[in-house]
Amino acid sequence: MNRFWEFANPVRFMSWSGRLLPLLMALAAFTLTVGLVWGFFFTPEAENFGSTVKIIYVHVPAAAMAINIWIMMLVTSLIWLVRRHHVSALAARSAALIGLTMTVIALGTGMVWGEPMWGTWWAWDPRLTSFLVLFLFYLGYMALWAAIEDPDTAADLTSVLAIVGSVFAVLSRYAVNFWNQGLHQGASLSLDKEEHVADVYWVPLVIALVGFGLLFVALLLVRTRSEVRRRRTHALEMRERMADA
Amino acid sequence: MIALLIRDLRLAVRAGGGFGLGLAFFLIVTMLVPFGVGPEAAILARIAPGILWVGALLACLLSLDRVFQLDFEDGTLDLLATSPVPMEGVVLVKALAHWLTTGLPLVAAAPAFAMLMQMDGPGQYWLMLTLALGTPALSMIGAFGAALTVGIRRGGLLLSLLVLPLYVPTLIFGAEAARRGAEGIAAGTPLLLLAGITAGSLALIPFAAAAAIRMNLR
Repeated sequence: MNRFWEFANPVRFMSWSGRLLPLLMALAAFTLTVGLVWGFFFTPEAENFGSTVKIIYVHVPAAAMAINIWIMMLVTSLIWLVRRHHVSALAARSAALIGLTMTVIALGTGMVWGEPMWGTWWAWDPRLTSFLVLFLFYLGYMALWAAIEDPDTAADLTSVLAIVGSVFAVLSRYAVNFWNQGLHQGASLSLDKEEHVADVYWVPLVIALVGFGLLFVALLLVRTRSEVRRRRTHALEMRERMADA
Repeated sequence: MIALLIRDLRLAVRAGGGFGLGLAFFLIVTMLVPFGVGPEAAILARIAPGILWVGALLACLLSLDRVFQLDFEDGTLDLLATSPVPMEGVVLVKALAHWLTTGLPLVAAAPAFAMLMQMDGPGQYWLMLTLALGTPALSMIGAFGAALTVGIRRGGLLLSLLVLPLYVPTLIFGAEAARRGAEGIAAGTPLLLLAGITAGSLALIPFAAAAAIRMNLR
């Protein structure tokens, strides 16, 4: 177990992530190309959906990543609070922007899909609404990081926010379900596409999901590495200023 | 702890604190809505529970930056941190003082405002009941947001960005219970869920808020 935590040492982290990164990027590019090209060009058009069904290959993976990235931020925040590994806190910080982007992609592609299918860009459906709430959670988390100067205090406070925010995000998810049932009895806009997806669409969808996951890990490593480097340059600058004074 | 509560209440009432301001803000919001949507009684009565709940929530938000900010700046919070009272208790007392000066006046004034919004007797009763149950949670969650942003200068806007998403479940259950009650439908489920959120917030959030304050004082 002790050997596992050594990977969180910034120097060790820079060395192994630097070696892993090209491989990860190649794998992500490969799976994404396969998944998306297969999905876009080699699957039949679905009944009732026409060609709009192909949005699924971007929409579902982005939405899944948006939720998983928040969970990953929760885990890294807990690791930071318990074990004080700086790389962990920086990883949480780096993940937030990627998560925000995924949320925006999911909302955007959902809107583009909703317009031809439901005849509206936006409906106050539980899933749509909870993604909007998730979007606000990401915004608040990033704004708190940006607002605090001392990096350790910022890491501490954003970690607490991530934990409390997670509880309230789950609460909101179920509260929103409740609220919509209360307003529109028996809403028929079921977004549970997974249950209806036929095998032809399932395989490329899973490949695209894996591709998005790999892409996220690769982007996360890039961003965390640049955060570590920013810390180092900052430390060097401080040292020079001390030497000058 | 009681001394701290009395001190906070006194400060809020005397030093031009937010005591009457929240209430005045609530009145203005209530007054602006008919200007915005038109004076038809039927429409107003239908949207009243939601509007009044959103108004109460915003009025609550207005005075949140005072909860810890002044005590942080003049060092009172440092003294409190070294006092025998645990920081969790301090947070709880601060949230209670905020509720007594903001939430309780809103609850007391709710029937009058509901009347302005053309709600009938049962509607006024339900609005008052849901606000009485829900505003403690608003104060407690708000105190957590205030604890997070206490070290940030001009953190008011950030505070609203952090706190408002956290208010979503409370608002949903509160407004839903008030609406159902006003329409005469069984409102027990949202009411119980609202009470659950309040109880859970009061029990757990002091720990998170106290941790945030200790991090800010370090």
